[in-house]
Amino acid sequence: MTIAEKILARASEKKAVKPREIVTAKIDVAMSHENADVVLRAFSEIGVEKVWNPERIVLLFDHRIPAESEKTALTHQRIRKFVKEQHIKYFFDMKEGICHQILPENGLSRPGDVMVGTDSHTTTHGAFGTFATGIGATEMAGVWATGELWFMVPESIKINIRGKFKRYVSAKDLILSIIGRLGAAGADYKAVEFCGETISSMSIASRMVLTNLSMEMGAKVAFVVPDDKTIRYVKQRTDEGFVICLPDKNAEYSQTIDIDVNDMKSMIACPHAVDNVKPVRAVAGLKIDQALIGSCTNGRLEDLEVAAEILEGKSVHPDVRLLVIPASRNVYLQALKKGHIETFVKAGALILNPGCGPCLGAHQGLMAPGEVCISTTNRNFKGRMGSSESSIYLASPATVARSSITGVISEPQAAD
Amino acid sequence: MDLIKGRVYKFGDDINTDVIYPGKYLSITTDREEMARHCFEAVYPEFLKNARPGDVIIAGKNFGCGSSREQAAACLKHFGISAVVAESFARIFYRNAINLGLPVLVASGIRDLVEHADAVEIDIEQGSITNVKTGENIPSTKLPGFILEIINDGGLIKHLQKRLSISTT
Repeated sequence: MTIAEKILARASEKKAVKPREIVTAKIDVAMSHENADVVLRAFSEIGVEKVWNPERIVLLFDHRIPAESEKTALTHQRIRKFVKEQHIKYFFDMKEGICHQILPENGLSRPGDVMVGTDSHTTTHGAFGTFATGIGATEMAGVWATGELWFMVPESIKINIRGKFKRYVSAKDLILSIIGRLGAAGADYKAVEFCGETISSMSIASRMVLTNLSMEMGAKVAFVVPDDKTIRYVKQRTDEGFVICLPDKNAEYSQTIDIDVNDMKSMIACPHAVDNVKPVRAVAGLKIDQALIGSCTNGRLEDLEVAAEILEGKSVHPDVRLLVIPASRNVYLQALKKGHIETFVKAGALILNPGCGPCLGAHQGLMAPGEVCISTTNRNFKGRMGSSESSIYLASPATVARSSITGVISEPQAAD
Repeated sequence: MDLIKGRVYKFGDDINTDVIYPGKYLSITTDREEMARHCFEAVYPEFLKNARPGDVIIAGKNFGCGSSREQAAACLKHFGISAVVAESFARIFYRNAINLGLPVLVASGIRDLVEHADAVEIDIEQGSITNVKTGENIPSTKLPGFILEIINDGGLIKHLQKRLSISTT
């Protein structure tokens, strides 16, 4: 069996499962951010008084923090009240950061677990070997009531990566090139397993970039095959036990892809689709108005580190606003200690509080018609970050940092 | 469930949830009429002028890709869209639609069967879609019994109330 099959078999108390079989799985972690407001209304409409298990539900705020409107402030207020009434064990108010960073930091992303989140990028947690996927709010209300959910067992795609990245080429460039190759629907309903020597030597943060963006090719779940690095990371953060599910040698895959990264170039997703991927060189020289480093994709310490290295002693181009958003309070603190935040402020960047920022177009840096943003986030859909007449290009932190200095889209390797 | 009859409103491939329901309106969580007023607003503003309650959305592949926002399915339902038929769906949108009681059908070849503004007839239980004008007919993937049950019950909330024997009177 593949990882997905093994976890679903365990969670549905079966010996084995096959692709396309429909199973009912027990849920280990159920996560929601601000859209818990929709969930709790649906939950109260169902009419169940108590959630199935207050220790398995994680609630937090990251999408609109601090509240950008009175409507959102009311949302936050209703959720806080619900947390108290239902004795929800894990609640992270707005000071902590983005869900896809703070769950791992708190040992809540564990190998072998089934996690559902009312956020499409819940696939991120597969970097720890978790069967983690996004669901809607009404469905989450059903999970809160029953603790279980139906899944169709997905077919799996195996992606084997070997080779060593060139300077300033990273996991972001790799996953963009994979999405460009497979397309926005290339992994629809499927599980993706990343493995190979490049993955073994990859940091946890870089692995999370791969599983986070797998959603953008439609994946139901994405995994990095758990190894010692995974186990060490998780054990340092939780005493709760977990079952490591590894793929069998004879596991069946619908597709196997081999990629060599030795000659990989810096890549960029052009408007208005994440699978519209080109080498950065193809669009180099295009004028930008905004540059954004952050998000659940690329707001971690190593992302800020590479950006700081490039921005050290330099100034952000006068026609560009550079927004930097650490993914969590913990990341923020580490970046402060290492002096990265000082580097950014000296260069002329705006530092925003840990959270989703303008990624989803809610607040904090929206764009006017005709403007261009180069961003380390995960979606460049038309109108996502403000005006429907603005454009978003998605790239690595190194590419975004370099471009913020030159004022035009630039390869990170190019001297400015 | 009775046959669904409606006028076609046609879209292309990869229609994402930001396009269906812009992120700036995500703080609207309960007002159904307000939600319905923002369907496709930013990128296809003509939808709000030209579409009518009862219309059937016909789309290409990967309809509803992107975020998990339930408002993307909810705004269509509250607008009065009677069904969405596509070459394929992104999975979260698909599940959301079912859970809200909005019929969603996968039908390979649907984009060639009908044109914008054609009349269609959909038989969900049998899994078939007919172009009323030409009489041409194609099958849609049959929904498993338990999914049909959720749709027929009017969505997941009512379905769970029934399953958990919760009295709503």
